[in-house]
Amino acid sequence: MRITLNGHPADIPDGSTAEQLVESSGLASTVCAVEINKTLIPKSERAQRLIEEEDQIEIVTLVGGG
Amino acid sequence: MTTATTTVTEPALEPLTIGARRFNSHLILGTGKYPDNETMTRALDASGCEVVTVAVRRDRLVNDKGESLLDAIDLGRYTILPNTAGCFSAEDAVRVARLGRDILEQLENPGASWVKLEVLGDKKTLLPDPSGTLEACRELVSDGFEVLCYSSDDPIAALRLQEAGATSVMPAGSPIGSGRGVCNPSNISLCLELLKQIDSRYPVIVDAGVGQSSDVSIAMELGADGVLMNTGVAHAGEPELMAHAMRHACLAGRQSYLAGRIQKRRYATASSPWEGNLAYIPGE
Repeated sequence: MRITLNGHPADIPDGSTAEQLVESSGLASTVCAVEINKTLIPKSERAQRLIEEEDQIEIVTLVGGG
Repeated sequence: MTTATTTVTEPALEPLTIGARRFNSHLILGTGKYPDNETMTRALDASGCEVVTVAVRRDRLVNDKGESLLDAIDLGRYTILPNTAGCFSAEDAVRVARLGRDILEQLENPGASWVKLEVLGDKKTLLPDPSGTLEACRELVSDGFEVLCYSSDDPIAALRLQEAGATSVMPAGSPIGSGRGVCNPSNISLCLELLKQIDSRYPVIVDAGVGQSSDVSIAMELGADGVLMNTGVAHAGEPELMAHAMRHACLAGRQSYLAGRIQKRRYATASSPWEGNLAYIPGE
């Protein structure tokens, strides 16, 4: 199914969970936060949260800044 | 030949108190723009700071060694203060603040309930949007955040943020990264007066525009409780050395403020007595 991930279109398997998406994004070893359609998805809910067609997803982490 | 050394003792400063937290250092440093992680680590250490700001971003920015920021920051030593840098709307700032909180909760860092709120009005000047900042501040306060608010140096804008529940208001000395120091000390002084009129301990931190150590002293001598900086250290010729300077300047400025300066006079007042002066004094 087609989603938007970090501002770019992406195709992911149907039935993917937020947790699976984090793992496939390569950020699983980094502490990150996930947002779906502008709503924060706590880590404890990622395994249960199914991704749907056209979901807008952000996976973010901390970087240097002032 | 040996050189005699003297030990100078000086009174300890009271800590910087922000909400329920207390810090010995009155400096907060950013973690952006350093040439490499080692330089950043040494500069943060040299500054003596205990709070560092970070940004929330999509990509795991790594250097050529594959290291990210979180690999380089001692999370046990520093309280992390996530910012909402780069947000131009209250909605985006609130989203970013929540994402930052979520990450810090996972890291179990004491900064989890904090946010340095920035809602920008313009990309060139990076000056804060007063209405967007106020709107975001209200929403984040109601969501349980302790909001440290990047603000303009307009005293009324600063006061409104305090009234909206900000844990600290942080007026800019000058535009972010501009290095122009405290451009309007009169306004900063008025900000301090208004923000501290009910509680003199309300923390006011001058944020943005620091270019050299005297800028820090000036801010502290006005009565600020702390100074936040990033570019002034990270882009200095020698960041670690500049961080040392900032630490000394912060202490000096605070001591000077607490000591109470002399008033400015139009004319001179001699430091040596006139009585017993053997010299000829013209006109007498």
